Amino acid sequence: MTEKRKIKAVVVGASAGGLFALKKLLPALPATFSCPILVVQHMSPHSDNYMTRMLNDLSQLTIKEADEKEAILPGTVYIAPPDYHLLVEADFTLSLSMEEKVNYSRPSIDVLFETAADVYGSHLMGIVLTGASADGAGGLLAVKKKGGYTIVQHPDDAESPIMPKAAIERTNPHKILTLDKIIALLLQV
Amino acid sequence: MEARDFSTTENIELELLLQAVFMQYGYDFRDYSRAHVKRRVKHRVAQEGMKSISELQNYVLHDRSTFERLVRSLSINVTEMFRNPDFYKSVREKVIPILKTYPYLKIWHAGCATGEEVYSFAIMLKEEGLLKRTQIYATDFNPDVIQQAQKGIFPIRNIKEYTTNYQKAGGKESFSDYYHANDEWVIFEKSLKKNIVFAEHNLVTDGVFAEVNMIICRNVLIYFNRNLQNEVLKLLHKSLIAGGFLALGTKESLMFSSEEKKYKAIDARQKIFKKKHD
Repeated sequence: MTEKRKIKAVVVGASAGGLFALKKLLPALPATFSCPILVVQHMSPHSDNYMTRMLNDLSQLTIKEADEKEAILPGTVYIAPPDYHLLVEADFTLSLSMEEKVNYSRPSIDVLFETAADVYGSHLMGIVLTGASADGAGGLLAVKKKGGYTIVQHPDDAESPIMPKAAIERTNPHKILTLDKIIALLLQV
Repeated sequence: MEARDFSTTENIELELLLQAVFMQYGYDFRDYSRAHVKRRVKHRVAQEGMKSISELQNYVLHDRSTFERLVRSLSINVTEMFRNPDFYKSVREKVIPILKTYPYLKIWHAGCATGEEVYSFAIMLKEEGLLKRTQIYATDFNPDVIQQAQKGIFPIRNIKEYTTNYQKAGGKESFSDYYHANDEWVIFEKSLKKNIVFAEHNLVTDGVFAEVNMIICRNVLIYFNRNLQNEVLKLLHKSLIAGGFLALGTKESLMFSSEEKKYKAIDARQKIFKKKHD
């Protein structure tokens, strides 16, 4: 990152192919990684917390399913629970919601990104990864509008390029990077 | 009270709108989860073709129909029959046997939305031989959804999923025995709602509703801030008999509430609690 800014939180959105990407990205971060990371990975409403447990086992960071009204702590990764939207409150706590699907998705990447952008402003980094959906494009635009830093996984590098392409088209992000480069950039945060 | 961020104009506008709604109409959304309310209000602003929350406030104050549309936006009615089948299974196995020991029962669905879970419970109670001796109260703050719930008519497109849920929930009969269908709708058997009273009740501004054996209040508390959650949990505690049951949503918890010690967890995963004797 060339601009001078202090990133205080990272939001990540992923859909089809996301599990593979997260399995690479999250375990690559050291225990000293100080930002909280909030993740929406599209999944079936009936899925259990297998993904979260597996990612936690592989990673040095604490990775957990987000609980409602819990405080956002540094060095912790919060995954949106299946069938709930994940929202960020102004007092840096998390809320869950069962309101209607957004972009055919619950959890929706847009909901997380928009509410996080509202709270963290220019101190937020938004990352849209692989997926076959248009979710995340509007959210990433909201991150950018509030002065946050925006990154999209390079469509050629993504297992499913549709979501990265939609986000790039809508937002014109600061960076379009391969997953490896995204990891390298996160290590500088 | 939690600290609020008034740093942006929009947050000030939102605070003023909620204050105005409370003063004019008595609906109190001030202690709802703010990020959630903000999203819903902004959605309403866009739907109305307005430019700002302040503009919406002007209309809300002077035009009741705009206010009513705002209330509908702030009311979450996403629900389904036998939602989370494992929850119903657990109620059947762990709660029903105890409810069977009472000669007469009262059950309260607090925040019932369009009533899908109310009918699900009625079906389960019928299969367990309890429906005839149970008085069911189904309440919500949104009068529109109460009216809908009362009808017991649901779109047929969801029935396949509901049937699967019913079976997973331990249903004992053929699900289609409980309703009549046409091309678009299913209407549930009248006998199911014989003992159901549908009523408007606001958990935030109204008091104790009745003294009941069980309260089902699932995915309602998530829309409140901690402060309000505590207040509502106190109200629910007062509304339960000693030994009565409280059922919350999968991601809801008593853990951070002053009420936690007043309950024993019957099924911690399915969020079913039993009120202790004083």
